[in-house]
Amino acid sequence: MDAAQRDALPSGVVAGATSSFLDFVTHSNPALLPFGRSLPAGELPPTPHGTTIVALCYEGGVLMAGDRRATMGSMIANRHIEKVFPADRYSVLGIAGTAGIAVDIVRLFQVELEHYEKIEGTLLSLEGKANRLGAMIRANLPMALQGLSVVPLFAGVEAGTSAGRLFSYDVTGGRYEELEHHSVGSGSVFARGALKKLWRPGLAEDDAVTVAVEALVDASDDDSATGGPDLVRKVWPVVYVVNDDGAHRVSADRLAATVADIVARRTIEGREA
Amino acid sequence: MAQQFYVSPEQIMKDRADFARKGIARGRSVVVISFLGGIALVAENPSPTLHKIGEIYDRIGFAAVGKYNEFESLRQAGVRYADVRGYSYDRADVSARGLASVYAQSLGTVFTAEQKPFEVELAVAEVGASQNADHIFRLTFDGSIADESGYLAMGGRAELVQQKLADSWAPGADLAQTLAWAVAALQAPRLEAANGSGQAELLGAGSLEVAILERDAHEVRGTHRAFRRLDTAAVEQILTTNGRG
Repeated sequence: MDAAQRDALPSGVVAGATSSFLDFVTHSNPALLPFGRSLPAGELPPTPHGTTIVALCYEGGVLMAGDRRATMGSMIANRHIEKVFPADRYSVLGIAGTAGIAVDIVRLFQVELEHYEKIEGTLLSLEGKANRLGAMIRANLPMALQGLSVVPLFAGVEAGTSAGRLFSYDVTGGRYEELEHHSVGSGSVFARGALKKLWRPGLAEDDAVTVAVEALVDASDDDSATGGPDLVRKVWPVVYVVNDDGAHRVSADRLAATVADIVARRTIEGREA
Repeated sequence: MAQQFYVSPEQIMKDRADFARKGIARGRSVVVISFLGGIALVAENPSPTLHKIGEIYDRIGFAAVGKYNEFESLRQAGVRYADVRGYSYDRADVSARGLASVYAQSLGTVFTAEQKPFEVELAVAEVGASQNADHIFRLTFDGSIADESGYLAMGGRAELVQQKLADSWAPGADLAQTLAWAVAALQAPRLEAANGSGQAELLGAGSLEVAILERDAHEVRGTHRAFRRLDTAAVEQILTTNGRG
């Protein structure tokens, strides 16, 4: 986009008929989008990947947590990366896959929801948000076929209610509603096993945080691409809870205490596998 | 063969300006006013859904008078401009000054080149870290732009409303006090019209549209979006606590 375009209202904008930022930018400025480039043939250099995200419903809302490790092949590329983000006031999303594109898709999705809200003067429905995210992931399909895939997990509550809902996606933008709990990323098989044993109906929020952190600990135990809680650097997972009051990040203090409990218990048990 | 009459450019511009001014003067007024905790945007507007006041971006709000379809399309264009800019650079790089000059460009172009000028007047307000860092820009139908300090009034009988604000406004006032000033100013044309011919109907919360740009939204509410619409009950309560009903 050149400077002249950026600093004026492009023709057609004034009478623009779309409430979607994605549609508008696709039309007026496709080069701004994270996807949609046709990549030349050839091997892609290694890129950082994000790994495990877990999400679960609890009594009064829904919770999402992500570990903090990004890997590039067998190397640790980053120990502080954040993979769970607030999408708007009542929803959050987590991303696994190629970190560079995923982070931009998150940014685009956040603007998309805020843009709709400002233009229309009302929030999108939760289904509507989930469908928009699906459209973005589908738009990334050509990149995914070249190895740059992004797989999100989306969770939220319908504004004014406290019933949490979860949506998972495949690289074609297919959208699937999940019940109770779900996990995506390379450590997800292990995390899901943990969730199956630890999750129960009617979990309180504090217990839900513990279950999510424990599932991530289990994932990091068996998956080299998932980072566990780092007691030396004091790096804890990123955890968001969403209830009828909105999305809130769980504080580092609360997570430090949760991690300390889990580590203490496992140290006493001293189990091997 | 039809005879082409010569009309001087001065006359054309004057006719267009008169036309736009007439359109704007038919509407009700809007007041944008700075206070200690932010900027209040207050409009006389009985409709709960057709807004004269809107959110543009994090710390930037919009208010307008005139033809609804024209200023609504300008508001949407402003949202698109701000969102594209914030997405391609950073949220911090979207400023009221930038937006106001883009509006000035568009309005100026339409005024000189199109069939009919926009019958609108706009205000773009950006809440700053302190009251003297607030920016309130006034944009008129011909693309003129002015930087107002503290407050502005637009719409029907705007000079009277503006004068009333000039008499009362002072920096450092709280929201309740400032809202009372704004409502009193918006009421001034009615009082004047009723002078001599009986009772003037006073403006109640139900016929006001009020939004504020909060100075410390990030610290207090943890959001980057300073714009907050006040519902009728909240406006009613603020006006009543100030000693009037």
